[in-house]
Amino acid sequence: MSLSIAVCVKPVPDSDHYDKITIDPKTKRVNRDGIPTIINTMDKNAIEAALKLKEEHGGKVTVFTMAPDSAVENLRRVLAMGVDEAFLCSDRALGGADTWATSYTLYKAIAKAGAYDIVILGNETEDGGTAQVPSQLGEWMAIPHMTNVLSMAYDGEHKMTISRKTDEGSIKYRVALPAVFSVVRETNEPRIPNVMGILKAKSKPLTIFRAEDLDVNPEFIGLKGSPTQPGDIFSPDMSRKSEVISGEPEEIAVKIIAEIKKTGYVIG
Amino acid sequence: MDISAYKGIHVFCEISKGNIIENSLELLGEATVLKSKIAHTPEVTAVVIGYALDQYTDLLAEHGADRIVLIDDKKYQDYRPDFYAEALAQTAKKYLPEILLVGATLKGEEIGPTTAMMLHTGMAAHCVELNIREDGQFVQVVPAFGGKVLGDILCPNFRPQMASMKAGLSSKVTFKGKEAVVESFSPDVKGFGDKIEIVEVIEETKEKITLGGAELVITGGFGIGTQEGWYKLEQLATKLGGVTGCTRPALDEGWTEHDETMIGTSGVAIKPKVYLGFGISGAAHHTCGIKTAGTIISVNKDPNAPIFDVSDYKVVGDWEKIVEALIQVL
Repeated sequence: MSLSIAVCVKPVPDSDHYDKITIDPKTKRVNRDGIPTIINTMDKNAIEAALKLKEEHGGKVTVFTMAPDSAVENLRRVLAMGVDEAFLCSDRALGGADTWATSYTLYKAIAKAGAYDIVILGNETEDGGTAQVPSQLGEWMAIPHMTNVLSMAYDGEHKMTISRKTDEGSIKYRVALPAVFSVVRETNEPRIPNVMGILKAKSKPLTIFRAEDLDVNPEFIGLKGSPTQPGDIFSPDMSRKSEVISGEPEEIAVKIIAEIKKTGYVIG
Repeated sequence: MDISAYKGIHVFCEISKGNIIENSLELLGEATVLKSKIAHTPEVTAVVIGYALDQYTDLLAEHGADRIVLIDDKKYQDYRPDFYAEALAQTAKKYLPEILLVGATLKGEEIGPTTAMMLHTGMAAHCVELNIREDGQFVQVVPAFGGKVLGDILCPNFRPQMASMKAGLSSKVTFKGKEAVVESFSPDVKGFGDKIEIVEVIEETKEKITLGGAELVITGGFGIGTQEGWYKLEQLATKLGGVTGCTRPALDEGWTEHDETMIGTSGVAIKPKVYLGFGISGAAHHTCGIKTAGTIISVNKDPNAPIFDVSDYKVVGDWEKIVEALIQVL
């Protein structure tokens, strides 16, 4: 049996540019001007995992995201990796969603687009880093879900054998499909799109869903549908005195040791 | 939802290799602090899910639990996320807590949001601080963009208000000789039934390093450059009697296998007396893990490295020479 695989991705600000992030003191909004948007790192592992399953068993890989219209560019890049089709949920009404409302919207988009055997996500995003959407999507879809997945193999009998990381080591499960899995950095090494892929991506189907295209309860989407509500935001001041220690390496070493002792720490 | 019906603070207490984890004891401590700030001084309940749980009750009581709910059954011996989340959700449905705290462990990060869905409530992940505002609102402070931004999260209309927190961010409190009401609860948990089967549970034999209680932590960034360089840091750590923590580059380059020692937003938060950083640039996702360190000393050849801004003492120079000199002088 070939596999129909959905992958959820998120365009995020490139973490190499986080130092440019500021907060507007008046509007209390995060200003991310001039920071490039990239596909979240672990989401590339999710795409890679899906493409590998497709290569082995045949099928189709479809990507979903909830983001502004500008994410079309990020999705073209994802299509260039070998993904077959992309859906973008973009609407002002979807903005400000927490993980509960985000996973609801993704669930509705996936339901609208088709039937899938496997849904794969990155375990967490770099910007928010909550790691909550995979489990919550699984609950919305009412199908088994597992996070921190290290490896997955399809047995051809509508079951996946997966190995997942735990705090003590790992656990191997056999999970009946359809199911939701979220993968981590160790899962694989994501491929980089080649020229052929980039050319092909231009003609691959990419659909934009507006809120009205999805069969959503308006009370469940965006900021309004989010059980958690944002309050004040601030940039923590972590600056310290930054006193210079200088001299020859030995002198510096002696001074460092003196500072260590001042803290009350007992060496050895 | 009648939110006034919800009273009490629940802490999901996790067991790992036969022990209640430190993170859970810290959260019980955090719960006792919250309790003292809430007008109706809600009861603190430790919820434990697992098998053969009687042995843990004294420890939980002495760390602040007023009530202990034991969900004790062989079906929880090995970890099934669906079973654990459903058991926790059913406990919340029975006791109606206003707040439910979960450790931001690999399991907690899975059980927590699943439970939140089952209860139709909100959850704030990886909180760095929890507070009660003057108007009584529970404020959950979460990091974004690797800790560069902190934001308050509120859950005004749904209960319980759920939050997860990593180890090392709150403190344990001990109440010698304190007793707690112990109850057992046997929720009817079905999960996904036979759609999930456990094939094998593999316990890692590799010894884990705990940075939690370490008084001196040494770490290195991309600037370390080689495996040999990393060994030098470990050698210095041994000489100083400290522990080596790691960074994303050190893990990615394979200089260390101890991913449990990664410091920062996607790793652990530490509060040693001394932090020594070598060849660390100082990205926000690393530095937000050392916020509460006593004295921060860093060495980097780049005079503009952001790590210097958050350091008490800075050395502009070749880290290797400094480490060698330290090893020699000691």
